[in-house]
Amino acid sequence: MSAPNFNRREMLTAGVLVGSAAALDATDRAQARSISGDVPWQEGQANKPDIAKPGTYLFLTAAEAACLDAALSRLIPKDELGPGAKEAGVTFFLDRQLAGPYGEASHWYMQGPWKKGEPTQGYQSRMTPAELYRAAIKAIDAHSGDKYSGKTFSQLTAAQQDEILKGLEKGDIDLKTVDAKSFFTMFLQNTMEGFFSDPLYGGNRDMVGWKLIGFPGARYDYRPYVKKHGQKLALEPVGITGRPAWKPA
Amino acid sequence: MAKKLPAKDVVLVGFGWTAAILGQELTDAGLDVLAIERGAWRDTSTDFAVTFAQDELRYMWRRALFEEPARETVTFRNAPNQEALPMRHLGSFLPATGVGGAGVHWNGQTWRFLPTDFVARSHNEQRYGPLPADMTVQDWGITYDELEPHYDRFEYLCGISGKAGNLKGQLQPGGNPFEGPRSRDYPNPPLDMVYGPTLFEAAAKATGHKPFPCPAANMSRAYTNPLGVEMGPCTYCGFCEKFGCGNNSKASPQTTVLPVLMRKDNFELRTECEVLRVNFDAAAKRATGVIYIDAQGEEFEQPAEMVIMCAYALHNPRLLLLSGIGMPYDPKTGQGAVGKNYAYQITSGVDVFFDDKILNPFVGAGALGVGIDDYNGDNFDHSGLGFIGGGYLACWDTNARPIEHHPTPEGTPKWGGAWKKAVAKNYLTTASISTHGAVMSHRNNYLDLDPTYRDIYGRPLMRMTFDFTDNEHKMSDYLTDRATDIAKAMNAREVHAKKRTGHYSIVPYQTTHNTGGAIMGADPKTSVVNKYLQSWDLHNLFVLGACAFPQNAGYNPTGTVAALAYHTAAAIKTQYLKNPGFLVQA
Repeated sequence: MSAPNFNRREMLTAGVLVGSAAALDATDRAQARSISGDVPWQEGQANKPDIAKPGTYLFLTAAEAACLDAALSRLIPKDELGPGAKEAGVTFFLDRQLAGPYGEASHWYMQGPWKKGEPTQGYQSRMTPAELYRAAIKAIDAHSGDKYSGKTFSQLTAAQQDEILKGLEKGDIDLKTVDAKSFFTMFLQNTMEGFFSDPLYGGNRDMVGWKLIGFPGARYDYRPYVKKHGQKLALEPVGITGRPAWKPA
Repeated sequence: MAKKLPAKDVVLVGFGWTAAILGQELTDAGLDVLAIERGAWRDTSTDFAVTFAQDELRYMWRRALFEEPARETVTFRNAPNQEALPMRHLGSFLPATGVGGAGVHWNGQTWRFLPTDFVARSHNEQRYGPLPADMTVQDWGITYDELEPHYDRFEYLCGISGKAGNLKGQLQPGGNPFEGPRSRDYPNPPLDMVYGPTLFEAAAKATGHKPFPCPAANMSRAYTNPLGVEMGPCTYCGFCEKFGCGNNSKASPQTTVLPVLMRKDNFELRTECEVLRVNFDAAAKRATGVIYIDAQGEEFEQPAEMVIMCAYALHNPRLLLLSGIGMPYDPKTGQGAVGKNYAYQITSGVDVFFDDKILNPFVGAGALGVGIDDYNGDNFDHSGLGFIGGGYLACWDTNARPIEHHPTPEGTPKWGGAWKKAVAKNYLTTASISTHGAVMSHRNNYLDLDPTYRDIYGRPLMRMTFDFTDNEHKMSDYLTDRATDIAKAMNAREVHAKKRTGHYSIVPYQTTHNTGGAIMGADPKTSVVNKYLQSWDLHNLFVLGACAFPQNAGYNPTGTVAALAYHTAAAIKTQYLKNPGFLVQA
C-alpha cells in the first residue's frame, strides 16, 4: 500500500473521542483535509455517542421539573401496563437535551427576518427549544394559576391537567408569550424520544419503553429470526451500553 | 482574492454516489481527478460502527448524518404568490453532508424506471390526448434501452438482491412483469422475507395482482463486486434509512467504490471544503474551474479542464444559479430552464392491524419487502381517471424503530392511557402498505434564488415553490384505494388508510426524492443539459443527479441517478476526451 498523503496530527484530532455533538462539529470543521492514496481509519476510534452524565438537572429549575413531571405523567401515565414517562426518566432526558446542542438549536437555521408563515412552512419561531420550554412552562403555570386560584400546573388534578394539555394540543389556550400548539408538538415529540430512545440518553430507564411494546433494542443480527413467522421471540432488550445483567463474553 | 492552485483534469463538486462513480471511471481513463466535499471524511468502522449504529435518537432525530440548516437550507412556499420562509430544521426531506452523501443513509431501494417513463409526454399524449396546459412534462431525450447497460453496471456494483421479471423480453415467474427488459438477472437472490410482506404477497395474488420481491441494495449473501470490493450479508437489523450500515451490507460509496478509488494516485479528495461557484471563460463557452472555501474560511481557485457537479439534486441547480450559468426559469413566461420542473414524490400508506399475527417488524432491512407495479407509470389504463402516472405499492419491513414507528388504529388519541394501551397492543402485529407516487412537473413548481435569506457564506438560499396538483391528489387517492383493496384481503382486524390530503407541507418526513431544476432534454430552450448531462452552455460542465429528471417517476431515484452517471462517464471516456466539445448539437 502506498504511503497515505495525509496529515496524521489532523487525523488524530478529528478521530479522537469527543464528548458532545457540538464538540464533534467543531472538531470536524476545524480542518479542511486532503486525502489521497489511502482509506484513512484508526483502530479503536469509533465515533461514540454522547452519554448523558448522571447528576442534578443542568437546565431545568425545580419548578420547571415539577411541571414537566406532572405533564409527562399524563402524556404517558403509569398504569397496569407499567411505568410511564416520568418513571422512565423522561424529565431527566429532556433536561440533558435542552442543556445540549438540541436545546440551543445549534443545527437550525436561526437567521431572520422572522415571520409567522403558513403551517406548511413549519417552525418559524425565533426561540430555541430551550427558550421555548422555559417560556412555555412559565406560561402554563401562569395559565393554571389564573384558572385555578393560584395553583401551578403540577398542583392540579389529573382531569384538570388533561384539560389544559388538550387545550395546548388543539391550540385553544392562548399562552401569550409562546405558541401553544408549537410547544405541545415539540413536547410530545421529545416525550416519545425520551420514552423510546436508547437509555444512554437518560430516558427509557430500565428499557421500560421498549419492554412495553416488545422492541428488542440495539441488536444488529436478526438472521436466526427472519423465518420465524408468527412466533413471539421474547428477546430481552439490550441497549448500546448493554443492560444491567448483561455480561459481555 | 482566492489563492490559485495547480490545475486538475477534473473537479467533482460533492462526493456522494455520482462523484464516486465518475471518480472511479475517469481515473480509470487516466485523468487526474479531484473531489471537493463540503462535509467530513466518513468511514464505516469509525463513523457507523456496529456497536453504535443502532441509535435512533442520534441519527434520525438529532440528524447526525444530514445537512445542517444552520449552514444551508432552502426557503419554501406552496405558490408564487406566497412569501417563502426558511426551512429552519429538516423535515420533509433529508439531504446529507459528508463523504458518501445520501448514499450513506439511504434504504437501498434500487429501481429502474419504466421504458414509458422516459417518454412521458409523447407516450401519454399519444394514448390519452393532450396534457393540461400547465403540466410541463417533457420527454427525457434518452431511452430505457440506452440506459439499460448502465442500470446493469450499477446493480452489479451494488450487488442488488432481487428477481428478474423480464429477461431480454422473456417474462420470468416471480419477478416484476412490468419492468423493462434486462440483459441479465440481479447479481444476488432476493432477501429472505419476513412475515408481514408474505401476507401482502398472498393478498395481492388473491386480488389479481403480480407481487415480486423488491430490489434491494441490502446483501442477501456475501458478495464481491466487479471492483473486487467485498460486502457482508445483511443481518436484518432494521437500521438502514437515516443510518450508515456498520456491517458493510448496504451498498454505499463507502462499501462499493471508495476502497478502490481512494487508493488511486490520480485521485484526491478535499473534505470540509465548499464550492462557492463555477468560473467560466470570457466567451462563456468553457468552465475554467471552481472557487471553494475551506474550513478556515480561506478561498481557493481550483482550475480544471472539466467540472462535474455531483452535489445533491437541490444543490446543483443552486450552484448553476449562483454561478450565472444558463437562463433562470421564469414561471410567468415559461422561458429559461434553470430551476424549471422541480418535482418530488407523493406518498401515502395503509396500516393493517392484526390480532393474531406476530410480525416482529423490528426484523427488517431498508429494501426488504414485496411490491406490485400494476399501478405504476402507464402499466394500467388511465382512460377516464383524470390523471397520468402512478406508483408502486409495497409492504416494506424496513424497520420498527419505536420513536418513529408505533402505529395506532384510527381514532386513538396521540397521548394518555388509551394511547399507551393501543401502542402496546399493536406494535408487534401491524403491517403497512405504502404507495410511492410520481409527481408530474407543473408550471408553478420550480426553484430559484431567494431574495431575502442567506447561507453562512452570505449566498442567497434556494427558494422552492411547490405544491401537489390535482394530478397528484387524484393519482395518490387511486393508489391508496388500490392498497386498501389489498389490505382488506389480508383478513386483518382493521385497516386504516392514510391518504395524502391538502397542500404539500415541508414539516413531516415524506421522502428525500427531490428532482428537477437542471433537467435533461433534447432542446436547449427547454432543458439545462443534454442526454449526457452535459451543459448546453459550457461543454466541459456536466450536471449529474436527480436534478436532471424532467419530472419524477413512481420509484425511488437512485438507480436511475446512477445509471445516468455511468452513461455520462461512458460518453466522456469514449467521445468527449477524443473530441472535447458539445456531444449533441443544439
